[in-house]
Amino acid sequence: MSNAMKIMVMAEHEDGFITSATRKTVNCASQISSEVDLLILGNNTDLEKQAIQIDSISNVLVVQDETFNQQLSAIMAPIVSDLSNGYDCLLLPSTTFGRDLTPRIAVLKDVCQITDIMEVLSPRVFKRPIYAGNAIETIEVPDGQMIVATVRPASFKEVGVSNQASLSVLEMPNIDLPNHTRFLGISSEKTERPDLQVASIVISGGRGVGSAENFEILYQLADKLGASVGASRAAVDAGYVANDMQVGQTGKIISPDLYFAFGISGAIQHIAGIKDSGTIVAVNKDPDAPIFEIADIGIVADLFEFIPEFLAKLD
Amino acid sequence: MEKILVCIKRVVDYNIKIRIKPDESGVITEGVKMSINPFDEIALEAALRIKESGNAKEVIIVSIGPDDCQQQLRTGLAMGADRAILIQHDHIIEPLKVAKLLHKIVEQESPGLILLGKQAIDDDCNQTGQMLAELCSYPQATFASELTVNENSLEVIREVDQGLERLEIDLPAIVTTDLRLNEPRYVKLPDIMKAKKKPMDIMDSNDFGISLEPSLKVISVTPPPPRESGIMLDGVDQLFIALKDKGLINE
Ligand SMILES: Cc1cc2nc3c(=O)[nH]c(=O)nc-3n(C[C@H](O)[C@H](O)[C@H](O)COP(=O)(O)OP(=O)(O)OC[C@H]3O[C@@H](n4cnc5c(N)ncnc54)[C@H](O)[C@@H]3O)c2cc1C
Repeated sequence: MSNAMKIMVMAEHEDGFITSATRKTVNCASQISSEVDLLILGNNTDLEKQAIQIDSISNVLVVQDETFNQQLSAIMAPIVSDLSNGYDCLLLPSTTFGRDLTPRIAVLKDVCQITDIMEVLSPRVFKRPIYAGNAIETIEVPDGQMIVATVRPASFKEVGVSNQASLSVLEMPNIDLPNHTRFLGISSEKTERPDLQVASIVISGGRGVGSAENFEILYQLADKLGASVGASRAAVDAGYVANDMQVGQTGKIISPDLYFAFGISGAIQHIAGIKDSGTIVAVNKDPDAPIFEIADIGIVADLFEFIPEFLAKLD
Repeated sequence: MEKILVCIKRVVDYNIKIRIKPDESGVITEGVKMSINPFDEIALEAALRIKESGNAKEVIIVSIGPDDCQQQLRTGLAMGADRAILIQHDHIIEPLKVAKLLHKIVEQESPGLILLGKQAIDDDCNQTGQMLAELCSYPQATFASELTVNENSLEVIREVDQGLERLEIDLPAIVTTDLRLNEPRYVKLPDIMKAKKKPMDIMDSNDFGISLEPSLKVISVTPPPPRESGIMLDGVDQLFIALKDKGLINE
């Protein structure tokens, strides 16, 4: 038997914080092997202070450079590929960050990538969802082949932060970096509410909510419950809410303890994003809405009557 | 630019409830309605609009798969693509190998822009566009929801987890499309007739000198674990009690 597999997890960070999706990815890594290193490409020494506390990590490898003020995949891919030489496995979170970057690294390593690991069956055998989660593929990476994969955050809990890992500050590798991509800016709807992907309660609205103004009662309910607010694609398309609130196959995949679907019919693409929720409550005025087939608690009601009553009850 | 290349995958139509083969070797596709991957259809629509605005001369579509992919390519031609390429391949093929074949087509055709859907709704891999970009050493803009074509560059709005990101990328470039980029046009009967006369090149995947054998082993394809069946409740009071019993809300 050879030694334990060496794993590198590439950290995702936002506004100076290592994301919860990264800590979930570390959890997945720790189920594959006990030798897990974390790579950070950043320009902020606070990141490494956070990183060494993450449980299950042996070494934190960090490259600090202003290049990484913007996290551009075409630039990071050759660097990560270079720094992951000698590792048997490279994991990134399956967020838009990881999805954008990982395939470029896989090409440089000339290996096939696995997207969305949802379960580790053995160090080389994984489960992943296909067809919007309507089928589960069990897939094996043959011996000797490097594993390059993204990890589905909704399937893993975050590891804790009580560690004292060792830290290695690395030089920026001497690689010719492309200059064909320029970051112009990012706009996000700032909100005080918890992040969709970490909130324990999520309140979502669909086309049935009817307008951006009508979403107000969902926000009120969310604030009472300390919840985050999500939406179906139809609600985003209709301009009721911002795109980053879309839940589903092609939006965010979430796993709160409690999920409310108001005025959402229950298309498979929406269900794909909420299947891992603890308890799903659906309120819809159509008794035949497909959402009731998967809801743990279904209520046939008009949301405009139901939510005000609910709010009154919470007062 | 002269040419835009759009990559198209044939998949089970998004409205179909899939069924899994009893031997767990995959999903049943025989006798099932197949369509252009919805994201690729959006990519094609984007290409056609760029051409119609005078910013490109030719739209080429390419698909890799069995002979039946001709149906989806004909649909693409009916939407308005000028010509089609089918690389015939009858077996399972992984995104990396798809990207390597597409890379050969890019070398042959030298398109100024390559458009693909951000993911295919069958394997949900979300890899091919980025892989092709790295193979070509081109810039990429994934998850695009808005595209502006400039002289030698593109400005793209990307739907990312944090909101909307704006990138400028030099041409030639690769863009993968998200849902809100556009709404694809419907094809009309006369267009279907016209599409029959448009050129379709048929190539054999074995002629590219690339090893296409799968590198990963699919052990099984199984249904997801079912969720326990739920209950119907009547009104706020009952819901309140149920959620308190489960410890999900406190008072
Ligand atoms: C490739 C692809 C990817 C997709 N990805 C996603 C995705 O990621 N996420 C997603 O959500 N969708 C996605 N979709 C779209 C999906 O197929 C559905 O169209 C969408 O989810 C429908 O949204 P909805 O349930 O809000 O709207 P509808 O289907 O129109 O349902 C509205 C519901 O509201 C109910 N209603 C109306 N008024 C009231 C009222 N006063 N009180 C209570 N109930 C009311 C109605 O009975 C109805 O059930 C995707 C589609 C495609 C093709």
